[in-house]
Amino acid sequence: MMLLQLGKGMIVSIEIFMLTLLFSLPLGMLVAFGRMSRNCVLRGITKIYISIMRGTPLMLQLLVVYFGPYYVFKIRISNSYRFIAVIIAFAINYAAYFAEIYRSGIESMPIGQYEAAKVLGYGKVQTFFKIILPQVIKRILPAVTNEIITLVKDTSLAFAIAQAEMFTMAKQIAAAQTTILPLMVAGVFYYILNLAVAAVMERLEKACSYYR
Amino acid sequence: MKLLEMRHVKKEFEGLQVLKDISLSVEEGEVISIIGPSGSGKSTLLRCATMLEEMDSGELLYMGEYAAKMKDGKCVYASKAELRKLQHCFGLVFQNFNLFPHYSVLKNITDALISVDKIPKKEAEERAEKLLEQLGLAEKRDAYPYQLSGGQQQRVSIARALAKQPKILFFDEPTSALDPELTVEVLKVIKALAKEHMTMIIVTHEMQFAREVSDRVIFMEEGLIQEQGTPEKLFGTGNERVREFIGHLTGK
Ligand SMILES: Nc1ncnc2c1ncn2[C@@H]1O[C@H](COP(=O)(O)OP(=O)(O)OP(=O)(O)O)[C@@H](O)[C@H]1O
Ligand SMILES: [Mg+2]
Repeated sequence: MMLLQLGKGMIVSIEIFMLTLLFSLPLGMLVAFGRMSRNCVLRGITKIYISIMRGTPLMLQLLVVYFGPYYVFKIRISNSYRFIAVIIAFAINYAAYFAEIYRSGIESMPIGQYEAAKVLGYGKVQTFFKIILPQVIKRILPAVTNEIITLVKDTSLAFAIAQAEMFTMAKQIAAAQTTILPLMVAGVFYYILNLAVAAVMERLEKACSYYR
Repeated sequence: MKLLEMRHVKKEFEGLQVLKDISLSVEEGEVISIIGPSGSGKSTLLRCATMLEEMDSGELLYMGEYAAKMKDGKCVYASKAELRKLQHCFGLVFQNFNLFPHYSVLKNITDALISVDKIPKKEAEERAEKLLEQLGLAEKRDAYPYQLSGGQQQRVSIARALAKQPKILFFDEPTSALDPELTVEVLKVIKALAKEHMTMIIVTHEMQFAREVSDRVIFMEEGLIQEQGTPEKLFGTGNERVREFIGHLTGK
């Protein structure tokens, strides 16, 4: 019974984790482009967005996304919105962090790579995807790994709006049955998930290590 | 035929007039060396010719076609499509090579051919292998740039530029980042190209090399061409500044 509930919570945690990555990794790229744009309005907006996302607690952002529609627009919050709110809040928060990582990676590329590509006739889009991006990915992998490990642990923040993920379940069961065991199980779960993340990222780094 | 013509080129950076009024025309088969003190605008001139930098004023023509022309006192560049076409006329070899580190030697050479010029992969690779053979790099085709010496990297970057079969090849201090013994192997390659009447414009500090390889030497200073002519004329000039500069570099 306890294991079944914990198992369900585990699946929800993994869903939050996967979906957040799925949306925030590409969204971060768009934000990074906005941040580096020549258009100063766009640049200003993304700069403010990033600074708010990084400067306020994720838990608070989660509450705002979840309760905002009701408090501000008096829209009734349906039960299914809970999970969606978690994904939205996590995705836009992590997109900001990934955007800054992408930006630092892109800006660290030597200008000579762009110039060589230009003289060889590569267009802007080709230059980015064929020449710049592969090298940027290699450079930012360690920073991305850090973020992803933080994300694994951050998924537990969803308990703030009572989303039934691993941590929420563990806490409930622990309180109901006055045993610390569920919390230990949860701890082991996060730890193993992070081991898996580290293993996958290490493989990626290996795959990129054929050149310097 | 005139492959390249630059007319009254002017360029400034933040109020600093780097090119003051440069005109230059290059005939097919000509080998030109550009020498001059640091900061005289040699690189900027090459960068204007290769369109890495936009001129403030002046005209740029490849094979008689305008890449940029003066219109109502302003320098107007041709359409993107037009410029892309003209871009095929030239190649540029950088001082620090700028090879793509994530591509093998072969791919560094073939990728632009395949993905830009749409040449079939097989043909591109044959072309690359032939060039690697010529430049003594045949066994390095699958190596990555970091596995090569500076001299080898520079030869690969020359092969990469040549593979596009440009009409004219620019070099910006191709040996300045190299040790003396590696310099020799790169200069040898350029000399071989000169023998085959490849049209080249070479910015260099190697006076002996400039003297041997060039049909014409240009001395630049403070954004102007101060003096030009055959190596014999230039190296035997009475111009005090030129003598001083050459003497300084050759240690005489
Ligand atoms: N992008 C730039 N922005 C501002 N100033 C520049 C820029 N590029 C070049 N300059 C300035 O223009 C002047 C000429 O530079 P350039 O690189 O053309 O000289 P050079 O003759 O190639 O010198 P060197 O022999 O040292 O390579 C220098 O004073 C340099 O500081
Ligand atoms: Mg220079």
